[in-house]
Amino acid sequence: MIRRIARLLAWVMLAGCVAFLLAPLAVTVLVSLSPSPVFELPSSRLSWAWYQRVPHLDGLVDALVLTAEVALAATAASLLIGTLAAVALVRGRFPGREGAAAFLTAPLMLPGLVTGIAMLQYFRALGLRDALPALLLAHVVIVLPFVMRTLLAGLARFDFALIDAARTLGLSYPRAVLRVMVPVLAPSFVTGALFGFLASVDNYPISIFLTDVYHRTLPIQLLQYLGESPDPTIAAVSSGIMGLTALVLAAGDRLVGLDRMAGV
Amino acid sequence: MRGIAWLTLPAMAYCAVFFAVPLGLLLVESLRGPAGWTLAGYSAFFGSAQAWAILGRTLRLATLTTLICLAIGYPAAFALAWARGALQSLLVAALLLPLSLSVIVKAFSWTVLLRANGVVNNGLQALGLTAAPVRLLFTETGLLIGIVNIFLPFMMLPVFASVRQLDPRLSDAAATLGGGPAYAFLRVVLPLTLPGVVAGVTLVFSLSVAAYVIPTLLMGDAYQTLPTTIATAFLYLQDPQRGAVAGVVLLAVSLLVVVASATVGRRATTA
Repeated sequence: MIRRIARLLAWVMLAGCVAFLLAPLAVTVLVSLSPSPVFELPSSRLSWAWYQRVPHLDGLVDALVLTAEVALAATAASLLIGTLAAVALVRGRFPGREGAAAFLTAPLMLPGLVTGIAMLQYFRALGLRDALPALLLAHVVIVLPFVMRTLLAGLARFDFALIDAARTLGLSYPRAVLRVMVPVLAPSFVTGALFGFLASVDNYPISIFLTDVYHRTLPIQLLQYLGESPDPTIAAVSSGIMGLTALVLAAGDRLVGLDRMAGV
Repeated sequence: MRGIAWLTLPAMAYCAVFFAVPLGLLLVESLRGPAGWTLAGYSAFFGSAQAWAILGRTLRLATLTTLICLAIGYPAAFALAWARGALQSLLVAALLLPLSLSVIVKAFSWTVLLRANGVVNNGLQALGLTAAPVRLLFTETGLLIGIVNIFLPFMMLPVFASVRQLDPRLSDAAATLGGGPAYAFLRVVLPLTLPGVVAGVTLVFSLSVAAYVIPTLLMGDAYQTLPTTIATAFLYLQDPQRGAVAGVVLLAVSLLVVVASATVGRRATTA
């Protein structure tokens, strides 16, 4: 009896959590479809006008392109150095592995604003004043912890004897890794890359210190629009990004199974 | 497999050069005065009642956020783990999709929902729970709603991962041995899900103690936390030493939480 009530309560909590989490998303989509020029829920009819304005809003497309470039480059670099490090940390038998793992995931736990200021002053001291390289260098530090966390968790459950088995069956070592380890770890790669990519796209506290007038990432540009002339074009852009992410999630579900993807 | 430690080198070197060294230099800056090494910045910071109020407010906000996320996220993560097939995939997607909506736009959505004639107030009045609109915007309640909304997935996902690894037969076994549901939960389920709880608490606390965008947008400039103090010192006051000191204090708080959770986490997994 108590167990049944507890189970029911847990389901109610989950339903509440999902509704609560999706509420701002629903508002954003509705606002983007509202004919009203201020942030308002549509009352009678819907309008696509704000979506048509997206390409014409000053600086928005540039910000989108820059944000995507930085996030893609940072995610690719993080996957490369993160995979090497994670394999060594899980498989290796050398001292200081726990410390190294903690160090490589630390940027996620430490305040972004402090990291941003420290990087700004460091890059200045090094004489690096261009925004683009500074953003690229900094965003690897943003993405890497997510990749490390998911890969360390995935590798900890991976049975490395499978690789030996594949080699016994005649595969070369690189092929064994490619054919056996990569597919099993696919959920970790997809989750880590997705979390890291989205964290890079939405990063404000580090990017704010490294952008200049010509290189504004999306959050910096969004906050400027909201300060100057908040109109639902911002909601339209955000809805588009959510739509793309939903497609990625659907693809991820088909490829590796969403239930296996979760795990930060 | 002894000789693969060098594979960590690229990542370690990268984080050392572009993360640890900059933070180290910030620490140095917080200790430098016009006449060499000094603790003046720290004594000025800790000597002001305002700074203590800011520190207290920052810690309270992060603690409340973490507790609320735990209270609603822990049971919900169990239901998420009980779900099967397509339903589970959909529910996980509902946890991941919000990460794609910018915190800035989320804050604006909450102003639409929470304002005097917003959805929440209209709902409360329709239910007869309140006669006049409740003031939610620019209050700590409104801020907590917004901040919990952002960090809740970071509590639910680690707990979900640990609940999923539970063998459901364990509770049955505890019941067979004469333990009631409460006993089975306290002695079997809770200890086994503790690693997930520790991971979630650490994530949510360290993310919310550093939150900058949400407090700024939902509370305005008058509401000062450590992160807003740091940003103001650097962006507007041009007072890098004060900013560096506040930054090091915030960094110390986060480091303390990470180290404490690593210790508790190790005990939880070995116990």
